[in-house]
Amino acid sequence: MTRIVLLGGGVGGSMVANQLARQLKAEVLHGDVEITVINQTPDHVYQPYFLYMAFDQAVPADARRDERQVLHSQVRLVVGEADRVDRDASAVIMQDGTKIPYDFLVIATGSRPAPEQIPGLTEGGHIFYTEEGALKLRDALQNFQGGRILVTVSVPHKCPVAPLEFSMMVRDWLNQRGMESAEVLYTYPIGRLHSLEPVAEWAARVFPERNIQSQVFFNVESVDPENHTVTSLEGDTVSYDLLVAIPPHVGQTVIQRSGLGDAGGWIPTDRYSLEMVGADNIYVLGDATNLPISKAGSTAHFEADVVSANLINRIRGGKGSARYDGKVFCFIEAGADEATYIKFDYQHPPKPQPPSSMIHLYKLAFNKMYWLSAAGIL
Amino acid sequence: MTSETKIVDARGSYCPGPLMELIKGIRQEPVGTVFEVWSSDRGSAKDIPEWVKRAGHELLSNVEEDGIYKVQVKKVK
Ligand SMILES: Cc1cc2nc3c(=O)[nH]c(=O)nc-3n(C[C@H](O)[C@H](O)[C@H](O)COP(=O)(O)OP(=O)(O)OC[C@H]3O[C@@H](n4cnc5c(N)ncnc54)[C@H](O)[C@@H]3O)c2cc1C
Repeated sequence: MTRIVLLGGGVGGSMVANQLARQLKAEVLHGDVEITVINQTPDHVYQPYFLYMAFDQAVPADARRDERQVLHSQVRLVVGEADRVDRDASAVIMQDGTKIPYDFLVIATGSRPAPEQIPGLTEGGHIFYTEEGALKLRDALQNFQGGRILVTVSVPHKCPVAPLEFSMMVRDWLNQRGMESAEVLYTYPIGRLHSLEPVAEWAARVFPERNIQSQVFFNVESVDPENHTVTSLEGDTVSYDLLVAIPPHVGQTVIQRSGLGDAGGWIPTDRYSLEMVGADNIYVLGDATNLPISKAGSTAHFEADVVSANLINRIRGGKGSARYDGKVFCFIEAGADEATYIKFDYQHPPKPQPPSSMIHLYKLAFNKMYWLSAAGIL
Repeated sequence: MTSETKIVDARGSYCPGPLMELIKGIRQEPVGTVFEVWSSDRGSAKDIPEWVKRAGHELLSNVEEDGIYKVQVKKVK
């Protein structure tokens, strides 16, 4: 019997498991293949809703489903925290000591914001990249009396468009509450407003129209929570009344404990085959890789197609030669009930698309349809 | 190139892009590390040196080889 173990049951892990279960149905029923997902919690969390939670436009229950229900009935689910991957034993060791042996391992453990890496940030800043943080920010926004909302972005981080979306949405939110005089100051680490050039050009045009201030080349070095200031490693100090920070992200601790990651806990991964470098029975997808591509659900989705195709092919005697082309697709909320989207891959740079209300409606619909996507149907 | 040089292979990277990949490396690795960023984007030959100067690190070299822009940077603080 071939045992496929998926470490992490978020976007990438669930999609691969469900695609395998559908397409290897006969093999699973005959007992030739076993598919196991290991996930820390019994829930599956749809993270894009955190942004809406900060504005009280969604509540935690909207973002949660029972992972058991997201997974195909033929997929085995183990709920618990994996302590480490033991490559010599070809097994995942759980925190309670249980060993889960694998023939193929798929790692999709995601990433986590690490505010502790920036002195003063945990005390002085708000983050909406976790459910807890989004709810705290919601309360802070409800009590906001005016002044400057400072948005900072640290590297690396997942969902590259969320900081921009937040800035647009918070401007609307303030205006609707009669706080036109409050300032929104968006900062960014490099010399333009977004890493994607068309998005940067678009933001440079609409920010002044919408009364959003900006500052580039701003990498947060430290936060002074008492004096309400942020200092950048480029040497600038900026004051704030409410700090909304996108902290630097790191790979999960299980990766570090297993000795599989680089200094940031990212797993060296072949950009085309998605195999872990130096291991032909381990695949990596989603935020967990060290690839120079966006850490986004859509990336995990396109990668899941490649990982599933290769596993199915290899189980049936093939070589597993499907290649990931670096494809990423992102919706971008533009405020004022409009949205746009952007797509690119290793070979094709992104092209701008004008925002429209139809794309906004499509994005709202996608938030609901996500569950079909995770189920491997869409 | 010393054996310590860390290659940052950011060819075909539009988001986060080569400069952000370098900043990620600089945040993660210790002072003294030398990075060599590989980029397929001509803009990197200008963007990266500009940031390196502002952030107070050291630009070691900036060359093009077969359409790939290679920029070496040392983390000095
Ligand atoms: C506010 C916000 C908005 C976003 N908006 C978008 C968007 O609009 N579009 C988009 O494409 N992306 C968006 N994203 C990004 C997207 O959510 C992530 O990139 C995506 O979830 C990554 O998928 P993944 O499978 O790599 O990891 P995840 O979905 O994070 O899943 C990782 C799983 O691994 C499990 N795990 C981790 N460690 C262990 C362990 N030791 N043992 C057991 N289980 C473990 C976790 O419990 C989790 O279930 C957004 C993210 C945030 C925070």
